[in-house]
Amino acid sequence: MSFMLKPKVAHPDLPKNALGLTRRDYEGANSTLCAGCGHDSITAAIVEACWANAIEPKNLVKLSGIGCSSKTTAYFVAGSHGFNSVHGRMPSVATGANAANRQLGYIGVSGDGDTLSIGLGQFIHAIRRNLNMVYIIENNGVYGLTKGQFSASADVGSTAKKGEINNQTPIDPVQLALTLGASFVARSFSGDKAQLVPLIQAAMHHPGFALIDVLSPCVTFNDHEGSTRSYEYTREHYEEAVHTDFVAPAANISVQYSEGESVPVTMHDGSRIVLRKVDKDYDPTDRGSALARIRERLRAQEYLTGLLHISTNQPEFHELNATPDLPLNQIPYTKLNPGAAALAKTLSRFR
Amino acid sequence: MPYAAPNRVNDFVIKIATVNGTGSASANGLLMKAVFRSGVPVVGKNYFPSNIQGLPTWYEIRVTRDGYRARSGQVDIMVALNVETYARDLQEVTSGGYFLYDSTWPRPALMMRDDVTVLGVPFARLCNENFTGVRTRILMKNICYAGALAALHGIDLDVIRQLLAETYAKKPQLVDNNMKAIQLGYDFAQQQFSCPLPLRIEKMDATRGQIIIDGNTAAALGCIYAGATVGAWYPITPSTSLMDAFKSFGDRLRVDPATGRKNYIMIQAEDELASIGMVIGASFNGARAFTATSGPGLSLMQEFIGLAYYTETPAVVFDVQRVGPSTGMPTRTQQCDIHSAAYASHGDTRQVCLYPANPEECFEFAPIAFDLAERLQTPIMVLSDLDIGMNDWMCPEFKWDESYVPDRGKVLDDEALAKISKFWRYYDHDDDGIPQRTIPGVNSKGAYFARGSGHNQYGAYTEDSADYQVVIDRLRKKWLTAARMVPKALIESGNGTELGIVTLGSGDAPVREAIARLGAQGVKLDYMRVRGFPFGDEVEQFLEAHPVNFIVEQNRDAQLRALLTLETGVAKNRMRSILHYNGMPLAAKYVIAGVMAEVQDYSRPAAQLVRK
Repeated sequence: MSFMLKPKVAHPDLPKNALGLTRRDYEGANSTLCAGCGHDSITAAIVEACWANAIEPKNLVKLSGIGCSSKTTAYFVAGSHGFNSVHGRMPSVATGANAANRQLGYIGVSGDGDTLSIGLGQFIHAIRRNLNMVYIIENNGVYGLTKGQFSASADVGSTAKKGEINNQTPIDPVQLALTLGASFVARSFSGDKAQLVPLIQAAMHHPGFALIDVLSPCVTFNDHEGSTRSYEYTREHYEEAVHTDFVAPAANISVQYSEGESVPVTMHDGSRIVLRKVDKDYDPTDRGSALARIRERLRAQEYLTGLLHISTNQPEFHELNATPDLPLNQIPYTKLNPGAAALAKTLSRFR
Repeated sequence: MPYAAPNRVNDFVIKIATVNGTGSASANGLLMKAVFRSGVPVVGKNYFPSNIQGLPTWYEIRVTRDGYRARSGQVDIMVALNVETYARDLQEVTSGGYFLYDSTWPRPALMMRDDVTVLGVPFARLCNENFTGVRTRILMKNICYAGALAALHGIDLDVIRQLLAETYAKKPQLVDNNMKAIQLGYDFAQQQFSCPLPLRIEKMDATRGQIIIDGNTAAALGCIYAGATVGAWYPITPSTSLMDAFKSFGDRLRVDPATGRKNYIMIQAEDELASIGMVIGASFNGARAFTATSGPGLSLMQEFIGLAYYTETPAVVFDVQRVGPSTGMPTRTQQCDIHSAAYASHGDTRQVCLYPANPEECFEFAPIAFDLAERLQTPIMVLSDLDIGMNDWMCPEFKWDESYVPDRGKVLDDEALAKISKFWRYYDHDDDGIPQRTIPGVNSKGAYFARGSGHNQYGAYTEDSADYQVVIDRLRKKWLTAARMVPKALIESGNGTELGIVTLGSGDAPVREAIARLGAQGVKLDYMRVRGFPFGDEVEQFLEAHPVNFIVEQNRDAQLRALLTLETGVAKNRMRSILHYNGMPLAAKYVIAGVMAEVQDYSRPAAQLVRK
């Protein structure tokens, strides 16, 4: 993509969040992805969600692996530290970072190649630990940087740009996460910002592992007829099961939802999400029935989207490890050092 | 040649052959501690199988009045309690030695050596007659041989009683049971044999201020004192006990009494690919983080180690080396990861290595490793091995210097960041090759994007040749700075000789013993033990000062010699390898044999030994 540098001047009338920051303050370096790439829309949604949630940039850490999607962490919130690690192993870096400082927010951006092939082991173990982070998969069914090989999420029967047909069964990160007990599982589409932004906002408030699998067409290698991950195909084959509205702590719910169709969920920090059921038979709080419904619709070649499952009572990584509220990287050395007398006492059993 | 001194008091080796999983470890520990408590120096080596139950296992106790710290390589009395290995155990006994076996069943075939005294004690029968229950009988049979040995070697029963009382302070009935078994063996031996044998213990005062500890436990304790808060690992022999010890020390020394919360975290990763990633993530966020592994794990970590090198992220890796290649022999020792640690990862990478020689250095090097990791912003590889890590070493009791303050290196805090106009992550402000660093969560002015892809000195992505090279050349400069910071080689020279002997890590104890024994025969050697990589100037100077240098190491391919050849200007033919790589800890006799093979006539000028 050819591009020009955006001048860093903000119009005085740009809306400001609670921190007095504008959306421009949440932008990053210019994207070097192809024009029309779905990933850039997701980047825009992340910028919007961070602004709307009034995230202090220094309190966010951005993590990624290798691939087109993993590059995008450089394209949002320039005021946050970022770590672009090695292929498929962002979850371990996120685990270590979170272990050291539980107070920061962690957002990981990965792709279907990065997460579902070499990264599958680390992905599922981060879920098992219920690591408190937002994990976004920018899922396009294809390897872009190496020019168009199928990824592990490619559907059976989907064709590559040069006509090859995929005949291996896909790995669906949503179903995988549900079977592993993930506490926040969502699917969205890069072309549906209205759905995606509140999902990211809610994910940031979820105390545990929050997965958002975002169908994100690759305009260069997977947007042709015969592909099941093109813009056209995705638009025709995705249906929203549950719409999520995010309500910040202390804000009033202004919209009245009719009972039976909406489920308000209060998060640990006082924020609320309101799940509006588009599909009346869908229950996002019941893992088993949610999984069954997702499978049933997939068999009919329909992707159910929205916040597909949430449970708010699962202990996260630090609770499971009984660490203190004060981040480990801030405990003064004087508290970590047991001292010479304790050493002598400890060594007495080695005499 | 045999080194048997005529006086065997406090100078002999007991080797105990048992079956894995029968509880012999506590009996062996009891015996060794009893000798130690008698004031006599000991060395404990455990030769165990990669198995939970059923395979043969041996424990060797070297009683050494001279305080040598290596294995001796000979066996003066074999306690043979494993029928499967009777034949080879008998073969291993040094001429003039003893062979103690369970005579509950007659073994006429044992009488095959007329230079070994065979002693029979019916351990099984004694225990079957005096104890009930299958498991108790098996356990007590082991304690019973400790009793027989106490009589044969003249070990004070009061010392044993005291040790048992300490071990089973909370279960006094076990003290009585164990003491009964001890007495059974003791009395039988007293009645049947002329006790004590010439191989006897006489009380000394040479263990005051000493402890018995293994290197993994010592390293774990060092990590606690260094202020490490994050340990991530994947279980692998022989490093596992390091992390087990860190957890047990953490639970004892790092729990907030008011809240019960733990001021440390241990993460059992899904594999070594993840454990090193966790260490890097935690270090990036400013915690002191480490992992422990062994050869196969180190292989898996290679890519991430390169990322840490290039993104300049601290990391501490304890590599407790075992026999390779591949899975190799997991419960045997070697120094075979010297190369894979020094040049870990693809591309132009080189890693700072520390080579502790014993448990006290495992303890001392832990804070040094964390300080260097943060000061140099790079991975630090601490290369221990199975011999150091899992065997029982007598060491001077560790002391802690209360004035120690962790060196966090060039970390810019909130105040420092407020003062500068712009933060450049990879810029060489101080001309030492070490850039400044920030920790997430402090100040958004310090935000940077760590990446393994090409970057310029300001931290931005680059594919520009010149910009790339600025950073990669500065990393070279940092390497030269590192050479001045790692622990210096330990040198003991000035012996008026042209012969140098060089080793690293667990080569220290056997080489020192060899130097002493060769000195007694008139062969003088100057000694150097390399303790860190990159090598300081002193390493090259020592090698240059000696026309012949014996390089003693425990691998087939002379990895230390190769590293010295690559990283110093010293001519190859000045360095002569003495290699030992069968998986057993090195003993002085192999070093002596290696030196003597070259120095047949040691009155000859050493310069003549240099191969043209």
